[in-house]
Amino acid sequence: MSEVIGNHIIHKYLRHNKKFPHVLCPGCGHGIALGALIRGVHCLGLEKDDVVIVAGIGCSGRLAVYVDFNTVHTTHGRALTFATGIKMAKPNLNVICIMGDGDALSIGGNHLIHAARRNIGITALVLNNNIYGMTGGQCSPTTPHGSFSMTSPYGQLEKGFDVVDLVRAAGANFVARGTSFHAQQLDKLIIQALQHPGFSMVEVVSPCHTQFGRKNKYKGPVDMYKWLKKSATPLERYEELEPDKREGRFPTGVFVDNDLPGLEEQYQALKQKMRGQAK
Amino acid sequence: MAVGRKKKHKELFAQGNEAVVEGALLAGCNFYGGYPITPSSEVMEIMAQRLPKTPDGVFLQMEDEIASLGAVIGASLAGCKAMTATSGPGFSLMQEHLGYACMVEAPLVLVNVMRGGPSTGLPTSPAQGDVQQARWGTHGDHSVIVLSASNVQECLEMTITAFNMAEKFRTPVILLLDEITAHTREKIIIPREDEYEVFNRVVPTMPPEWYKPFEETVRGVPPMPPIGSGYRFHVTGLTHDANGFPTSRPEEVVDLIGRMFRKIDQFLPQVSLTEEYLCEDAEVCVVAYGSVARSAAYAVDQARERGVRAGLLKLKTLFPYPRAATEKVMGHARAIIVPEMNMGQMSREVKRVNNGKTMVRALNRVDGQIITPSEILKAIMQV
Repeated sequence: MSEVIGNHIIHKYLRHNKKFPHVLCPGCGHGIALGALIRGVHCLGLEKDDVVIVAGIGCSGRLAVYVDFNTVHTTHGRALTFATGIKMAKPNLNVICIMGDGDALSIGGNHLIHAARRNIGITALVLNNNIYGMTGGQCSPTTPHGSFSMTSPYGQLEKGFDVVDLVRAAGANFVARGTSFHAQQLDKLIIQALQHPGFSMVEVVSPCHTQFGRKNKYKGPVDMYKWLKKSATPLERYEELEPDKREGRFPTGVFVDNDLPGLEEQYQALKQKMRGQAK
Repeated sequence: MAVGRKKKHKELFAQGNEAVVEGALLAGCNFYGGYPITPSSEVMEIMAQRLPKTPDGVFLQMEDEIASLGAVIGASLAGCKAMTATSGPGFSLMQEHLGYACMVEAPLVLVNVMRGGPSTGLPTSPAQGDVQQARWGTHGDHSVIVLSASNVQECLEMTITAFNMAEKFRTPVILLLDEITAHTREKIIIPREDEYEVFNRVVPTMPPEWYKPFEETVRGVPPMPPIGSGYRFHVTGLTHDANGFPTSRPEEVVDLIGRMFRKIDQFLPQVSLTEEYLCEDAEVCVVAYGSVARSAAYAVDQARERGVRAGLLKLKTLFPYPRAATEKVMGHARAIIVPEMNMGQMSREVKRVNNGKTMVRALNRVDGQIITPSEILKAIMQV
């Protein structure tokens, strides 16, 4: 993998006819997540034509336009529904869904739990920056309790969602969490997710210093990456910690690792059976 | 087919919703994503039985109507002939994705078996209250194709037509039925393979690097490759340029919106489907659609028996509004009657076309009851 990282693999996968620069702010974590995804696709040797990226709305939604795959930029929160149609129609495609925390958990909360329950063979990346970035810094379902945003100017009263807990409870095959600071770990998690049958989800904790940091004690990207470095704790270590030491930290790593067949696989089996009966 | 005796027609005793499924399968439908809602549920139930038995059919029950249309659009982009069916409240939920389908030019068929409203309204009573919702429900300016059917045989035929128009124009097509048509059981004849036409979307033949997914063409409809076939491009609900990339440059925005209107509007005669009944010499003409057109036909016969020269213009296409056919009957009729199960959503269109020249009388019912022939006859005799 070191060979891969050194050689600017991303240039092979960018769209050269797309007008740059991109929409992301300097210091944004989303580019690192996209880089990890591309390294994952590259390492697994997936053909560009066999990869479909379906994205939602917002900063994360815009990532799809820059990369040279089949790309679909959908409506807010509904990326998984489009991805479901594509996967069922063409099960041989690698369908990857990029969503923000607003996408995945607010409007799209229902679609997320159902995609996980259905165990459809989609790899979902949830880029969680705890804020609505492109819309101007309003609070999101993952904005931590007590933190500030344009719509929680006196401190957020609601508790934030834990994506990993939610998707695990809904029945996904593979659930992991990484950060855009721990880039090498993220590569590995995404590679694992892409290889899993059924529904796989990787939460990428990704900093938004422009909208979230500015209003909450993080003065710039460096402060935000330092926060990630400090708070992200490997799952095994996190579990050994006393409950009071867990304050301010979150676990990273693989939370669920199952190999149950995906929905599209089961559907193909059903069709085989029906055809056998027809004869 | 071999010369000689033709194969006998297959006949069915079916309700409108079943006929929709038959029509869809004849047209090549191979994806159904939906969410059950009365009075459209039978479409979904029968699809659940039939599609897994077809060679490439996929059936999916989604978590809600929004997800249903999302999955249908996804499947359409992946090359399927995809459809969904719903009813009033579900149709309202689908509006966001209907606009998306218009914008990305995804062919699909959406059947809406109308029920009384607003809101949950009258779940199993007939109504025609979604006519303007079908036209203007989604936000922004867009052209639209809305079809209807007034009997069970027509449900089958118009479903095939809906798929053909969707594929031909790369656009969502809405088929509006009412509860009476959807649940009435009648004998229908399944056409033989050589008796109906199936149109498939045009796929690109140029090398992938030359292909522009949203480029202007003579017909205004760019060819559309299925996802995963070697043509990689970007699809977005944002206003986009010919390559599919987001743009806000005024000339590119105007080009896109203009083409989306033009691709349908320049084929108005092909798209506007109507049927005339005793219209040639009619002095009173009824303009009706859906099950109401059947009451109207009966009323027209009775009026003729009483010496009134009445006629019926049945609308099979509701939008783009069949202007030419309406103007033709208006040319000689002294009065137009528009009976419908709403507060006047279509009589509004008729009045718009008529522009004050002829008397237009609306006959409306919103109590979940059918409009009877005698009511229409009374209106004919009065004018």
